[in-house]
Amino acid sequence: MAAAGAGQQWVLVEMVQAFYEAPAYHLILEGILILWIIRLLFSKTYKLQERSDLTLKEKEELIEEWQPEPLVPPVPKDHPALNYNIVSGPPTHIITVNGKECINFASFNFLGLLDNEKVKSAAQASLKKYGVGTCGPRGFYGTFDVHLELEERLAKFMRTEEAIIYSYGFATIASAIPAYSKRGDIVFVDEAACFAIQKGLQASRSNIKLFKHNDMADLERLLKEQETEDQKNPRKARVTRRFMVVEGLYMNTGDICPLPELIKLKYKYKVRIFLEESLSFGVLGEHGRGITEHFGINIDDIDLISANMENSLASIGGFCCGRSFIIDHQRLSGQGYCFSASLPPLLAAAAIEALNIMEDNPDIFQTLRAKCERIHKALQGISGLKVVGESFSPALHLQLEESSGSRENDVKLLKRVVDYCMNSGIALTQARYLEKEEKCLPPPSIRVVITVEQTEQELDKAASLLKEAAQSVLN
Amino acid sequence: RQNILSPHGCKFLEAPHNRVTNSTKQDKNGISNGTLYKKTFIEHFEQAPMYVAVLTFLGFGVGTVFGYLRDFMRAWGLEKRNVATEREQQKDFVPLYQDFENFYTRNLYMRIRDNWNRPICSVPGPQFDLMERVTDDYNWTFRFTGRTIKNVINMGSYNYLGFAETDVNALKTVTIELQKYGTGICSTRQEMGTLDKHIELEKLVANFLGVEDAMVFGMGFATNSMNIPALVGKGCLILSDELNHTSLVLGARLSGATIRIFKHNNMQSLEKLLRDAIIYGQPRSRRAWRKIIILVEGIYSMEGSIVRLPEIVSLKKKYKAYLYLDEAHSIGAVGATGRGVVEYFGMSPDDVDVLMGTFTKSFGAAGGYIAGRKDLVDFLRTHSHSAVYATSMCPPVAEQIIRAMKCLMGLDGTTQGLQRVRQLGKNTRYFRRRLHEMGFIIYGNDDSPVVPLLLYMPGKIGAFARRMLEKNIGVVVVGFPATPITESRARFCVSAAHTREMLNTVLNALDELGDFLQLKYSRYSKSSHPELYEETRLELED
Repeated sequence: MAAAGAGQQWVLVEMVQAFYEAPAYHLILEGILILWIIRLLFSKTYKLQERSDLTLKEKEELIEEWQPEPLVPPVPKDHPALNYNIVSGPPTHIITVNGKECINFASFNFLGLLDNEKVKSAAQASLKKYGVGTCGPRGFYGTFDVHLELEERLAKFMRTEEAIIYSYGFATIASAIPAYSKRGDIVFVDEAACFAIQKGLQASRSNIKLFKHNDMADLERLLKEQETEDQKNPRKARVTRRFMVVEGLYMNTGDICPLPELIKLKYKYKVRIFLEESLSFGVLGEHGRGITEHFGINIDDIDLISANMENSLASIGGFCCGRSFIIDHQRLSGQGYCFSASLPPLLAAAAIEALNIMEDNPDIFQTLRAKCERIHKALQGISGLKVVGESFSPALHLQLEESSGSRENDVKLLKRVVDYCMNSGIALTQARYLEKEEKCLPPPSIRVVITVEQTEQELDKAASLLKEAAQSVLN
Repeated sequence: RQNILSPHGCKFLEAPHNRVTNSTKQDKNGISNGTLYKKTFIEHFEQAPMYVAVLTFLGFGVGTVFGYLRDFMRAWGLEKRNVATEREQQKDFVPLYQDFENFYTRNLYMRIRDNWNRPICSVPGPQFDLMERVTDDYNWTFRFTGRTIKNVINMGSYNYLGFAETDVNALKTVTIELQKYGTGICSTRQEMGTLDKHIELEKLVANFLGVEDAMVFGMGFATNSMNIPALVGKGCLILSDELNHTSLVLGARLSGATIRIFKHNNMQSLEKLLRDAIIYGQPRSRRAWRKIIILVEGIYSMEGSIVRLPEIVSLKKKYKAYLYLDEAHSIGAVGATGRGVVEYFGMSPDDVDVLMGTFTKSFGAAGGYIAGRKDLVDFLRTHSHSAVYATSMCPPVAEQIIRAMKCLMGLDGTTQGLQRVRQLGKNTRYFRRRLHEMGFIIYGNDDSPVVPLLLYMPGKIGAFARRMLEKNIGVVVVGFPATPITESRARFCVSAAHTREMLNTVLNALDELGDFLQLKYSRYSKSSHPELYEETRLELED
């Protein structure tokens, strides 16, 4: 201790000595430097923005001058969507459009359940017991026993572990995709995917890779590219989830996806499959279970099946089914499920009754397919129009064989064909799209929908009427 | 007075106060311009004492520690795993969920999960029947005993005007329409899905609101998420309130416009954003914005606060912005004749550019609408995503809305609609006044039928809901992440169908439970002369 103290004292003495021995100029220079440092420490910082800041008067002028665009651009009076078809009465087999009675070839009522008496009486019973609305989301007393029953029945019908119901068909797939796929994940999706899928993908903010419609080679190429990317950065690859979104029966083109090849690609490249079965549920397969039954694939191979109940089941809403591991997650993170009121009980009861009918009459699917084949054959060979869609698809498109060059003219020509048919008693409609919002806009077409209720005479009449219309309008 | 802990402000560090316009003190929503309001605008957001914050964080801390312990035990096989797992064949796929994402769900939410998703088996009126549900393994799975708990008082459903009813006379027209039309539509609005019922409903809605035209959609959530992208796009600016609903946030995100958030109901924050937007333009390129749209809600469902509409309208006119008002909770619930916040503040519906609302809450149906000038609605008919790709509203539901609206407007020949609106107002004011007197902390405006009662501590969430159910009252409790982490609450929805007896039953139960669970955090002294407070506020004018 004493030695340290002595050491310190020794250093101090040395310092004082050096101070006395230093030359004068050295001390003066040091003094000036110290004063300069003190000045710099206390002076204001130099701001570049000071020069370009606006005065209050200039700001007020800017505010005065700014003119926004009008809230909505003006819509021309003859826009086709403004002159829509008004249906009086229920949109059943015989439909009254714009005051004229026609045979309905435009509503997706594939199994004819919209008009079914048993379905209506089930809905009436539910109305008497529960009223109309549920007045709350599923988490806050909006879960009714009919919802739980419907979910159980759907899961049993599709032979999966669990099902979850949404109150709107569009919101089903648009909420399911963002619940699993987040920013940084990769989704491979078919070009012809419907708009609801596109919105779901946009909400998820994932990387989207489009592959050509039903082109397995293109998809494999994309998957291989992704594999080489992964090898460059294996750490990132281990946490990036991959998904494939395809539809069972495509709404925009009427054909089916090659599911067996997709399953092979799934296991080869470790990509999960989300299958959208809005059109194929209740249509394909021996018992109407959709495309998995059609191809005879084990349903557990598909990670998530999503469908809406607005086509074959003639109700409102949608459902997702799959293993509990996957479906249960949506109960807390599906936005359309957690933050929206639940499905009105009368619609759920109608859906249960429709499911009962589907289970009791499995031969309607075969009947529907036979009718589809019939009209598909009958519509071949119309001059000027070509049939787009599988032969067993109940939702076909009729496109112009040769486009006139501008989409607007095509739309006008098709409208004249549709009007001709409507005036003669067949209700048809053009397929509508939002031209600016679609990723891959399909060409304009007429939608032909086949239902189980149409008789063979009506199918033949429709085919011959279309032939006539095409003849008179397009030639 | 710094906001240290959360964007919502750690209000525990501030002294307790109320916020009253016309004689305003500085508060979290800034100084308000009292001269624009025709009647007093009183909102309460009292802060709890400091020890409550400490105990809340302590509670979450204990829960988290135990959560880690249980995860550890599960990982090492000391405890059975109850969660569903991935398929054997897909074990080498990239995992679908990250473990830490679900930490809160597995360890904290799971403990009190029985207070949500309670299934009911009757009409969601002022009283309902619950299905009895028990769990054998601490909420991992439930089973139904088969019994129902009858006549539970319903303080959770959004049934403001009491139209969720099964009275045969009331539902006569709905029954007829259901028989005539069936339940499905199977087509979109632009293809073959526009029925005469929709045209009738749209005319009625436009008439009810006092605007030129309206359009209805099948789902309230989808109304926002599919129409905001149609109205704004890239190059536009959206100014959205901090506490906006998920559907508004989703719609804003899907539109591709730039989003800026202003503090809840804070007009200074909004004005600053507006000025900066117009003066400095788009970021980096400094181009002028194509248009600026302000997204607000009529009544905010988690806070119970009402939007400051007169000030927003004056701001919007000064800076030439557009206003989108989401009246999901306020249509039918506020206003002298139930026409929403626009009527509540005595303003004209032309002041708001886009009036949006839903039919789920006050009309006992489902779906949403957007109303405004004819050119706006025509544009939406042609460009809305819902009109082109989504099914239209189903006819029996449309008929329910028509009959409820006709009742409200008095077109069915009775004054029942007006009576319901008045009853709701009376019930709301009575309920709120009694809760204030008891010493609970209640958020929101005095006229809002949404009443959040603050619980704060996570342990009390479960205890409150379960004990209220034992007393045969069904309540809704909300915690993180729907609310800030320190402000868990119970939310009551007052209905016009609640009788004075039902409200008194609930209030007595709350009194008892409040003492038992020590929920009466309010530092305002309880009045010893409650009779002096009898209805001195403004009565509904004829």
